[in-house]
Amino acid sequence: MSISVQHISKSFKEVTALKDISFEVKEGELFGLIGPDGAGKTTLFRILTTLLFADKGTATVAGNDVVADYKQIRNSVGYMPGRFSLYQDLTVEENLTFFATIFGTTLEENYDLIKDIYVQIEPFKTRRAGKLSGGMKQKLALSCALIHKPKVLFLDEPTTGVDPVSRKEFWEMLKRLQKKGITILVSTPYMDEAALCDRIALIQDGKILQIDTPETIANQFPKKIYDVKADNMYLLIESLKEYSHNHSVYPFGEFVHYTDQRDDFKPQELTAFLQSKGLKNIYINTTQATIEDAFMELAK
Amino acid sequence: MNNQNVIEAQKLTKKFGDFTAVNAISFKVKKGEIFGFLGANGAGKTTAMKMLIGISKPTSGEAKVVDYDVYTQPELIKNNIGYMSQKFALYDDLTVRENITFFGGIYGLKRSEIKQKAEELINELGLHDVASDLVGSLPLGWKQKIAFSVALLHEPKIIFLDEPTGGVDPITRRQFWEMIYKAAHEGTTVFVTTHYMDEAEYCDRVSIMVNGKIEALDSPTELKKQFQVASMNDVFLKLARG
Repeated sequence: MSISVQHISKSFKEVTALKDISFEVKEGELFGLIGPDGAGKTTLFRILTTLLFADKGTATVAGNDVVADYKQIRNSVGYMPGRFSLYQDLTVEENLTFFATIFGTTLEENYDLIKDIYVQIEPFKTRRAGKLSGGMKQKLALSCALIHKPKVLFLDEPTTGVDPVSRKEFWEMLKRLQKKGITILVSTPYMDEAALCDRIALIQDGKILQIDTPETIANQFPKKIYDVKADNMYLLIESLKEYSHNHSVYPFGEFVHYTDQRDDFKPQELTAFLQSKGLKNIYINTTQATIEDAFMELAK
Repeated sequence: MNNQNVIEAQKLTKKFGDFTAVNAISFKVKKGEIFGFLGANGAGKTTAMKMLIGISKPTSGEAKVVDYDVYTQPELIKNNIGYMSQKFALYDDLTVRENITFFGGIYGLKRSEIKQKAEELINELGLHDVASDLVGSLPLGWKQKIAFSVALLHEPKIIFLDEPTGGVDPITRRQFWEMIYKAAHEGTTVFVTTHYMDEAEYCDRVSIMVNGKIEALDSPTELKKQFQVASMNDVFLKLARG
């Protein structure tokens, strides 16, 4: 196991940030912690990177205990915190050299590992980090986290606030790093990114809701799920919420995802109900559940 | 200005030195519309929005927001719009009720109006138990819902939302969009930026900015047809990097 977390709990005064969290990440795995702000993801990252003590439980990273062997862990992991944490007044190149020196290595020694990422910011290597765009900061932070060739990479919400194109590029980079044998633990609030991980843990309010492959979690969705559409979205949502047999009603892009309480649900009855509410061009059809549907069902 | 439009921009441009952040964008937003304003990071969305809300003077071009000119009447624009962003919305060190009172006062509401509106808002969002709690102690999703309601206190004609749902859990994100639908249904125009492409599908019309220009503007259905793809995410991926 590359990461092993056993019954970790952590509270800050009266706020419980993590409640009895356990999971394992295999060597070379790309493992996603999927959950919204305030779920406890950052607290968990800080415990695993030895920056914070847990109240209860144990954890090991690359075979080292997070309390007893914290020095070994600090040498063998890369950590990219959610908030940009590089030196704003140093240039791109100075930041990289600084982090390389701290870890007793050089930019040249591990250039191969960061090459793909670094070439994209190399044209700006004399620019101060504070003056970079969001996408470039992210690439520099990742380069700095990789400069000492870590065994395990911790990425705390690397794509939050990043546009879909840059997010896609970032995940392609992660896949390439994984091929080089690095274990990656990444957190994200974007449910569509969950599908790109080998396995995921859905986390909310400090508790793990489920751990499995993204396909399994989506396939295990307990209800038949329907795409519903009509000419007036606002009225459609209001009407579906009013329908007494509904189990869940969630806007989902151009459709509303609807589940019914009954096993013998007949879409025609719902069509008739929606017509009686004055809706037109009604479309109801079964659809495939996504990770986001699964998350909402579990978090309900 | 056509009285069905609440925003009209004509060749609106903003330059910083020799860098053109917003390059001659022209578009109209209709009353009661949910208008999605999309683009990659650095495409010029925030700069464009700052001009529309009256806090940044354009370099050239024209724009009218709620009948007022962005060059000469920025204060009137500010009185008639609401604004909230992911980064700043409410004061963490004030309670829920104090925030409502403060923003009500800023927007020039009378004391009696503020009192009444505060009760309505607390009722509607079910905030009785936390009305005297500091906003900083609340979950992000709650804060964003309160911030949205606060931005509507003075019954603005348009509300500008800058990535209002970033990092918010999926259920609250949907409740937030239901609030948007409700506001639009009641006649408020909603101008919204987002990085969630499923949210782009919720908009009546969507514009996509690329390198300072608007490269596409239509309903999600038409955009998907035009680019022959199945989702707004694919439209965005096709466009945003040229």
